[in-house]
Formats: sequence, C-alpha cells, structure tokens
Amino acid sequence: MIEASGLTKRLGGRTVVSDVSFRCEPGAVTGFLGPNGAGKTTTMRMIVGLSTPDAGSSTVLEHDYHVLENPGRRIGVLLDASAQHPGRRGREALAVSAQMMGVDPKRVDELLTLVGLDKSAARKRVRQYSLGMRQRLGLAHALLGDPEVLVLDEPANGLDPEGIRWMRRLLRDFADRGGTVFLSSHLLYEVEAIADRLVIIGDGRIVADGSREELLSGAGTLVRATDADALAAALRAADLDPKHVEDGAFVVDATTEAVGRAALDGGVVLVHLAPSEGAGLEQLFFELTESPA
Amino acid sequence: MNPSFPRLTGVELRKMVDTRAGFWLQLIVAVLTLAVVVLVCIFAPTDEIVFRDFFALAITPASILLPIVGILLVSSEWSQRTALITFTLVPQRMRVMGAKVAAGAAMALVVAALAFVVAVIANLAVGDEWTMGFAVFGQIIFLLLVSILGGIAFGAAFLSSAPAIVLSFALPLAWSALGIIPWLDGAAEWLDTTRTTAPFTEGVATATEWAQLGTSLALWLVLPLAIGLVRIARSEIRAS
Repeated sequence: MIEASGLTKRLGGRTVVSDVSFRCEPGAVTGFLGPNGAGKTTTMRMIVGLSTPDAGSSTVLEHDYHVLENPGRRIGVLLDASAQHPGRRGREALAVSAQMMGVDPKRVDELLTLVGLDKSAARKRVRQYSLGMRQRLGLAHALLGDPEVLVLDEPANGLDPEGIRWMRRLLRDFADRGGTVFLSSHLLYEVEAIADRLVIIGDGRIVADGSREELLSGAGTLVRATDADALAAALRAADLDPKHVEDGAFVVDATTEAVGRAALDGGVVLVHLAPSEGAGLEQLFFELTESPA
Repeated sequence: MNPSFPRLTGVELRKMVDTRAGFWLQLIVAVLTLAVVVLVCIFAPTDEIVFRDFFALAITPASILLPIVGILLVSSEWSQRTALITFTLVPQRMRVMGAKVAAGAAMALVVAALAFVVAVIANLAVGDEWTMGFAVFGQIIFLLLVSILGGIAFGAAFLSSAPAIVLSFALPLAWSALGIIPWLDGAAEWLDTTRTTAPFTEGVATATEWAQLGTSLALWLVLPLAIGLVRIARSEIRAS
C-alpha cells in the first residue's frame, strides 16, 4: 500500500509536482499515467525517499519510507534501468544489492532465470546490455528482496512486445498474490492493458483518478458522421457539448439516444454511434500531451 | 532489521573491486607496490637503505593511487547513478557514508599490510638494518589512511569523478609552484599537504609538524568532507 497526500515539489523555481494525493491498494496494479515531464518520476522519487517534498507527505506500508526497516525487503524499486554501473557484471549488480539487503545469494540466480537473463548475459558487463536487458535486470533487482510493494518507473521502456507481455503477466501475478504495484507510463495503451486503477497526472497535478472501468466508461458517447461540421452544429443546436477527438469523431456527455435524436433533427448521416469506452480518456490524455508544459 | 554497519562496510569494500575500473586500479596498486621495491633492490645502491625506507617506498604507489579509489567510491555513485539504488536500499544516507569511510580505512590497512610484507621480503633479500620504530610505522599508516580519506572527501565535495580527480592531482602541483613565491612559502608550510606530510616518513614528528599536518588536513580533508556530507544529506538523488 502506498499513500500520497498533498505532495508538492518545486525544482529550480518551477512547481514540478503540485498537491498530488492518491492511494495504491494491495492486490491491484495502479498505473501512473502522464506525458513526459508531467512529474511522474519526481513523485516516485519522493515516495521512496530520494527527494524531500516541499509540502505534503507519503507513506509506504503505512510508514514514512525513511523509518522502514531494511526497505529493500519490503519495497522493490526500479526508477531508471540505466542507473547501473556499466563496468559491473549483471550478476554482480544483483549480488551487491543482495548482500546489502541480507538476501540469500542463491536468489540472485533464481531471479536472473525468472527475468530471462541466461548465464552468458549475467556474465556480461552492464555496459554491453541493451535497454531491454537493463530493464529485465532492473525488474530482477526490484524483485530481489521478495517485496510486498513494487514501484516501477516506465518498466516497459525498451522491452520488445514479447517482453512487455511477459512483464504484464509477472506484475498481474504479483498483484493477484496480494502485492501492491505502482507503475508509471507515458503511453495510455500500455497502462490500459495492465492497470486496475489509473492515476493521471498532467503538468504536476492529478487530473483523473479512479478504477479503469470508471475512467474508460464514464465519458458518454462517441459519434462520427459523414459531415463532421454539420454534426457539430446539430449537436450544439440540441444543447449538447461535442468534444472533438480525432478525424471527425466527437465525444458527447449524453446518452446514445440523445445524440441520435440530435443528429436526426439536424439531418446528419451517422456512421458511428456508441458508448465512448475510453475515447474520453484518450481525449483527456491528448489534451495533456499537446498542452505546452 | 536494517543492514548492520559491518555488512554495509563489506558491501562498500566489494564495490571498490567489483567494477572493471576498480579491479584494475587495485591490481595496479599491488603491482606497482611490488615493482617499485623490486626495481630499487636491483638498481639502487642498497647499502644505506634500512627497513623503514623500504616500507616508505612500498607505500608510495598506494599513497598516490588510493585517493582515486576514495574519490571513485563516492563520486561513481553519482556519475554512474547507482546512488539511486544505494539510497533506496539504505535511506539513511549518513550510514552509507560512514560505511564508505570505514571501507576506505580497511582498504588502506590491507594495502599497508601488503606493503609491509613486500618491505620485509626486500629487506631480507638485500638490506640488513631493521630500523623502523613504532612511531614512524604508525605515522606512515596514518598517512595512508589520510590519503584515501582525502579522496573520499574530494569525491563527496564534488559528487563527480573528473573534477575531483583532476583537482586532487593539480593541487600539490599548484602548491609546489606557489611555494616559490616567498610570502606564500610560509603559508605552504602549513597548507601544502606534500610538505606537511614529508617529515612523517622520516622520523618521529615534532609537535610543530603535527600542528602543520593538522592544519593542512583541516583544509583539504575535514572541510571538503563536511561540505560533501551536507550536500549528500540534502541533495536530490536524481534519475537523470
């Protein structure tokens, strides 16, 4: 379990994270979604005690991170897969941390096998690793202490499609066994595929927070017509508020019936009319991505 | 249970030798220690060399290279960004720094033991005077400790490998140049560590010599270490 309340961080005179509050429950994967530079990494750094918030606080497993005993045994952290000494062998990078946490050295080989780094890969120096291999090493490192909580910053970066599928299964299993997973991504579809809950951050603020179902279904009706301008006019004439999504499609905060009637009254030919199923979320996310930081 | 201090010290010792750079650096220290003594045995007139001289000689490569080991022990955590891992596993940053200082001291003692063995063998082979004295023996080991701790202090003050290493070599050179200016010569007697440490390998140091060494170490060891510890305690540990 992770709880953040009112986390605020100013760096270089700019407020990077502003009044961020959320919870990550055990048994669930919480996706932390936002465009690059939205404050995801800074928030995660505050949670694991690498950065001191200017206001607000956070707890992991109901304690301030700094007072947790041997936190590596309770919380697995992967903030940057490239943050490994390039001159150290992959296996040694894990072995050093195992020694630090007091983990049985045998676990190092178990985890290397689990993440799919074979003997020859484990013997290589990290300098020779591809980003995908570093990411696997980083996941092995996060799992090394057999933790209850995982905090992962962009864990899918650099993984190939097979690797991404493998990682999803791994994190799903971890959560199903009662673990808490908190992972960030700047890609909506990536988080959609795995997260039970979504926390969306834009420009340092939380803009949406809820279960995946809530966020994906809450946004009304997706409608598309042969003539986009005529459709928009017809919807406005019926006092509806169409939000343009992409290539002539609109999301409207109304039932499919109300939207259908408005189109009929305006004499517009519809080619698509259905509950939006996340189109609203997508639009929200596009707005975040496009607005200058 | 938090990792114990001896455990953390063991980890820091391991980190000194488990990277490619660290491994070669330690190997070079060992090889040079051996080489410098062997070369003197073969080529220098040995009739006036006593055991103390062999020991002081054997320790020379280490006293030049151990500062780099000390610098890298701290600065590489930032240059290679492993600080991200180290300080999430042990959020009490001063415990980690304490372990680094202890590991540095342990490494200095290991190297001193190696130099001692090399010096004993050399003296058995070509020397016959076993002149040493406990005081000088202690002083030489003390200097070695100070050299690696000075490296740790520089590494901590800069949190970056290149400037720390360059400066730790440039400073003694700068002093020897500045010492030529008469009115700076007096200051150099108290602040130039090359000069303040020199008497300690030759005989029992006087009170004035200790005071001069202490003053120079306050400036080049205590001050940068203090600056570094404050920086590390307060700094943001960045991902990139």
